[in-house]
Amino acid sequence: MMKNEGKKRIWSDYQKEIADDHFFYVRSCIRQSFFPGSEQFFLNLMRKVLGKDVYEDPAHTTCTGIGYHSDIVPAATIMTVVARHFALMKEAGYKNLAVSCVTSFGLYTEILETWKHFPAELEKTREYLFKATGREFDIPENVAHTSDIVYSFRDQIAAKAKIKLVNSITGEPLKIVEHIGCHYSKMFPKSGIGGAEFPHVLSGMIDAWGGEVIDYPERRHCCGFGFRQYLVQANRGYSLSNTVKKFNSMKPYKPDMILANCPGCTMFMDKWQYTAKELEGITFGEKGESIPVLTYEELAGLVLGMNPWDLGLQYHMVQSEPLLRKLGVEINASDKYKTKDGKQMPVPQNLINV
Amino acid sequence: MNTDVVVIGGGAAGMEAAGRIAQAGYSVSVLEKKSETGGNLVNWYQLFPDRKDSREVLGYLNNVVRNEKLKMLTSTSVKSVDRQKGVYRIKTSSGEIIDTEAIVVATGFDLFKSERKEEYGYGIYENVYSSADLEKMFRAAEVKLKNGTLPQKIGMVHCVGSRDEKSGNIYCSKLCCVTAVKQAIELREMLPASKVFCFYMDMRMGGAHYEELYLEAQEKHSVNFIRGKVSEVGEAHNGKLIVKVEDTLAGRPLRMELDMLVLMAGMEMSGGGKEISELLDLDTGDNRFFKSTDNHFGSNMSNSEGVFYAGTCIAPMSIPETISHARAAAVDVIQYLKSAK
Repeated sequence: MMKNEGKKRIWSDYQKEIADDHFFYVRSCIRQSFFPGSEQFFLNLMRKVLGKDVYEDPAHTTCTGIGYHSDIVPAATIMTVVARHFALMKEAGYKNLAVSCVTSFGLYTEILETWKHFPAELEKTREYLFKATGREFDIPENVAHTSDIVYSFRDQIAAKAKIKLVNSITGEPLKIVEHIGCHYSKMFPKSGIGGAEFPHVLSGMIDAWGGEVIDYPERRHCCGFGFRQYLVQANRGYSLSNTVKKFNSMKPYKPDMILANCPGCTMFMDKWQYTAKELEGITFGEKGESIPVLTYEELAGLVLGMNPWDLGLQYHMVQSEPLLRKLGVEINASDKYKTKDGKQMPVPQNLINV
Repeated sequence: MNTDVVVIGGGAAGMEAAGRIAQAGYSVSVLEKKSETGGNLVNWYQLFPDRKDSREVLGYLNNVVRNEKLKMLTSTSVKSVDRQKGVYRIKTSSGEIIDTEAIVVATGFDLFKSERKEEYGYGIYENVYSSADLEKMFRAAEVKLKNGTLPQKIGMVHCVGSRDEKSGNIYCSKLCCVTAVKQAIELREMLPASKVFCFYMDMRMGGAHYEELYLEAQEKHSVNFIRGKVSEVGEAHNGKLIVKVEDTLAGRPLRMELDMLVLMAGMEMSGGGKEISELLDLDTGDNRFFKSTDNHFGSNMSNSEGVFYAGTCIAPMSIPETISHARAAAVDVIQYLKSAK
């Protein structure tokens, strides 16, 4: 068994300053497409539940991170795109950046580190941005991933919790796999809460909300996305085989759910379970079910008693009904695919765990 | 109090240097911040290459320092140092003021803190130990897992905090390889049913009789040597340790289930040495150890007049090397005192 004292010692080395209020929020391409409820609930959580000031600018664009990691977008271009985001932030009067995407967060971190060590690159970027847009920018005072921010408010969320992460039938804590994105802290361990080897950002939320973190041998293994592995179509089998390796490793621990902070990880661990079931007929949860993969906003929302359909859990491939039953969350199945004004939306086919 | 020489550190180097200086008729005070002398040696069981009990060496050193000209001040550290007119005035933690003409710095080394290599899980997984932990088990004649059973499969990770840029230590600690070989043999003798695997980068068997010990480990004790660095350690569902390593000779990755993992911790400049370097304004090298004035003929000499180095405060050394280096320091100090008078 892992010794918590040892982990706490490591965590104490990897604490970072996280701003308390007044955030400039930048969205994720993947997240707003595949599980948009997460980003919406982050704004609701911050503004309505915690009373914080969060600003988002409709002129914010993709960071072009996927292009960068696919060798399509050159470094000078992505630095200028990121500089434009900083310019929007400056124009709006904000100094604290809240980043929804782990890849974007990794890029912002990498670019800020690059500018620190190579000031000439910073000056070139200022010039490119000014020539292209007439804009100027400041370096953010604080850069946090939104999972950092939710982590920093985890105790306040726990204090307002309607439910705990406990199996309402057995009374046992839910067994939860946590998985951080590579770009969250594997490039710059000091940028992530708890570092890269034993990250605390998600496990801290699980602990605070009553669940039990599972340690399994392939805990650090890639979710299977890995950009190049997936983006090159011929490599997709490799991508899938990595995901399956990870799931086979966690299976004996009978996890009730997976908690992730990266758009790619959430998407791939969710959707590849469907693919593995279709291709090989294999599942990784108990009783032939698959394991729901949730974002930290979705989990925070459940803990705070939000309606799962308002959180957008129905947008996942692996449906979360088994988890909701364990949590004792009351759900209305007929509302699952209805709009806010009660109109019936098309019902997706071949979902799993239904 | 006046004394001819102050030796800072009461480990093997400090004891040997102090004893030799006292034998030459000079008064010596040894300041040792711990309550007992012997330094890191007290934590070791048997010594390579001939498996001599460390207590024999400690016995020798205790004899060396048994001299009426030598004063051993344990639980005493240096608080401040001033120099005026060629005399160093040292204020100790006990409030004593000592005036001396020469100082021998023998602050030794600290073992690399294995928990800094987070991926190996020291302090997190209960059956991951350091080489120093294993020595304690050997001394107690009890090598057991936390649940009280005997380990069947044991892995030894070389170069933990050595030749490792990520740890900030690009230098080779040079003794971890032979320590691993010695400990592997001891494990096989103590636990004949066990299998022992050493994961190494290179086997650096540069000392006298080291290579012979390495061959003995393979031929007589069937220790398995696998060339490859461990990338990560985890725990399996059955509680065993999962070790991922690349076998670079076979050209394939390995994933092994082990009962116990021993981390061969490297050597670093000691915390005490760092404090002394600041108090005495002594130069240190890129490896953070004290920097001698010359690597060939001045390895005992510092950048400050009247301050000399002995032992592993300048670089990793074995016990024989430490003792030889301390004797050389004594020669330099005696010559310095003679020329001053």
